[in-house]
Amino acid sequence: MSRADVLVDADWAEAHLDDPKIVFVEVDEDVSAYDGGHIKGAVRLDWTTELQQPEARDVIDAADFGALLSRKGISNDDTVVLYGGNNNWFAAYAYWQFKLYGHADVRLLDGGRKKWELDGRELVKDVPERPATTYTAQDADLSIRAFRDEVVASIGAKNLVDVRSPDEFSGKIKAPAHLPQEQSQRAGHIPTAINIPWSKAAADDGTFRGDDELAKLYADQGFDGSTPTIAYCRIGERSSHTWFVLRELLGHTDVKNYDGSWAEYGSLVGVPIKKDV
Amino acid sequence: MCGAPDQDTLPALEVSTKEAVVHGFVTRAGSPLGGAYVRLLGSTGDFTAEVQSSATGYFRFYAAEGDWTLRTLYRGGSVDTSVTAVQGQAVEATVVVPD
Repeated sequence: MSRADVLVDADWAEAHLDDPKIVFVEVDEDVSAYDGGHIKGAVRLDWTTELQQPEARDVIDAADFGALLSRKGISNDDTVVLYGGNNNWFAAYAYWQFKLYGHADVRLLDGGRKKWELDGRELVKDVPERPATTYTAQDADLSIRAFRDEVVASIGAKNLVDVRSPDEFSGKIKAPAHLPQEQSQRAGHIPTAINIPWSKAAADDGTFRGDDELAKLYADQGFDGSTPTIAYCRIGERSSHTWFVLRELLGHTDVKNYDGSWAEYGSLVGVPIKKDV
Repeated sequence: MCGAPDQDTLPALEVSTKEAVVHGFVTRAGSPLGGAYVRLLGSTGDFTAEVQSSATGYFRFYAAEGDWTLRTLYRGGSVDTSVTAVQGQAVEATVVVPD
């Protein structure tokens, strides 16, 4: 698999807007972004209400994923190009979920909404009407998803990559700095985790850095490419961004996203936590 | 919630003693500039957070005490603005984007 198989740039996207076998999908947490303007023909996926279960804290299951994509008019053999705000955090999370349920050809738009907007490219308000399909999701591929017991057992044994900001990692703050800090869970990180913030993998405009630069970034921070890896953040979307870099761009085969992440780990009773402040 | 909240619909600002808020407006030629990407960078230049300015140009970060740089991206360029956050206060910063 090469970079071109998983990542498209804005020029490529613009040249393929009318390709019937390519479906652009905007994924945001803030759904008003789509309403204010989106890439022509793009359908919307709401991270909060459509990709997550309404009650339990979990991703939707395979049957619901299949039903969702059927409603959205996406077929199993469509090429899906995901993009969104927040430097593609939620688009990367959706990418991981498409892979979790076995979608064959899914790609990210490099730079997401931000680069598209900063380039001054066209955004439209027309909502496309796509006829419903019959989408069949595969069983969840758990080789790319880590759960808490595996994470605890991986302390000192696997690469644990904490992709949050340095202040979240150290325990100085509990949430990203654009959010209020009242949280119930403890601050800090999983012992033996290395801190490689997701943001180091991206330029200011949200595009991913080159493969050589990315490989050096992780190697310099003590990442061992010969060891299985689990990436985590606070709720699993920034770690999807890093999961994408490590597995899809750099080709490491055994990389899992711990979508429970710090919101879960930092609330568990009896697990070890390291705090640096 | 982890993504950048919509800066148009933020709750009223209440600063607790534990917080160090940095907020303000992005302007160009004296008018509010909405849709700019404001990035909060730490003292070593490391990225910490990013929001998009509201229709009134407003942005808000819950930072930690200390020196920060606001890197504001707009169509055609970017501009850096220095600000010092203070515990228990909301420090206002004005970002002026060149005409």
